[in-house]
Amino acid sequence: MAVTILFLGPLRDLAGQQTMEVEAPLNWSGLLEAVRPEVAGQLGEQRVNVACAGKVLADKTELQAEDGDEVALLPPVSGG
Amino acid sequence: MIRAIVLEEALDPGKELAVLTANAAGAGGLVNFVGLAREEGGRVAELVLEHHPVLTQRSLDEIAGAAVERFAVTAVSVVHRVGSIQPDEPIVFAGAAARHRREAFLAADYLMDMLKTRAVFWKREEGSDGTRWIEPRNEDLSDAARWHGSKKKEITR
Repeated sequence: MAVTILFLGPLRDLAGQQTMEVEAPLNWSGLLEAVRPEVAGQLGEQRVNVACAGKVLADKTELQAEDGDEVALLPPVSGG
Repeated sequence: MIRAIVLEEALDPGKELAVLTANAAGAGGLVNFVGLAREEGGRVAELVLEHHPVLTQRSLDEIAGAAVERFAVTAVSVVHRVGSIQPDEPIVFAGAAARHRREAFLAADYLMDMLKTRAVFWKREEGSDGTRWIEPRNEDLSDAARWHGSKKKEITR
């Protein structure tokens, strides 16, 4: 089993892929190492959020993804 | 009624208005807003709305639920398109019914401010000059910030 990283919106363009599988468990520093430096740079910005297993994390640096979890990287949202 | 829908096919504002009217439950009136895709003088060929299968629906549920908590409304409806949208096509329907008009106007205004800044969508314009991702404008963020603070029903009549 693994953790699936999901790149959304403009982060998908930056990552060059929609999803990526990495070994579980995955924490914040592991996430920063797993993704491209350009994406890691964006993750450092406050306006980019991270969701784990369907929940947006209040503090993304406390990411603890387990086997089978989806880690979604969420750039600034805009509807309407 | 609380209606919060992520819609993959064409949005019919007339139908949505009829649904809201039919479910207004003793309201004295209702207000609705319909957002359209801009063509920006022919520069934009299509608007593409991307979403997340779980987080997007939840964000709409939360926004609609918060409006019901905050305002004296009898019904709230938020219907938002995803996928490819042509210029001038409807993207969003936001409506609220209330016993008195002020609460309905406020709730609809609130819904749109939250949709612009909190709803989980990523919007890109595809056009003659390539792809452009759209983020909330500063104006959208300051509009949304007006609602910070008390979640209590502010106006009661």
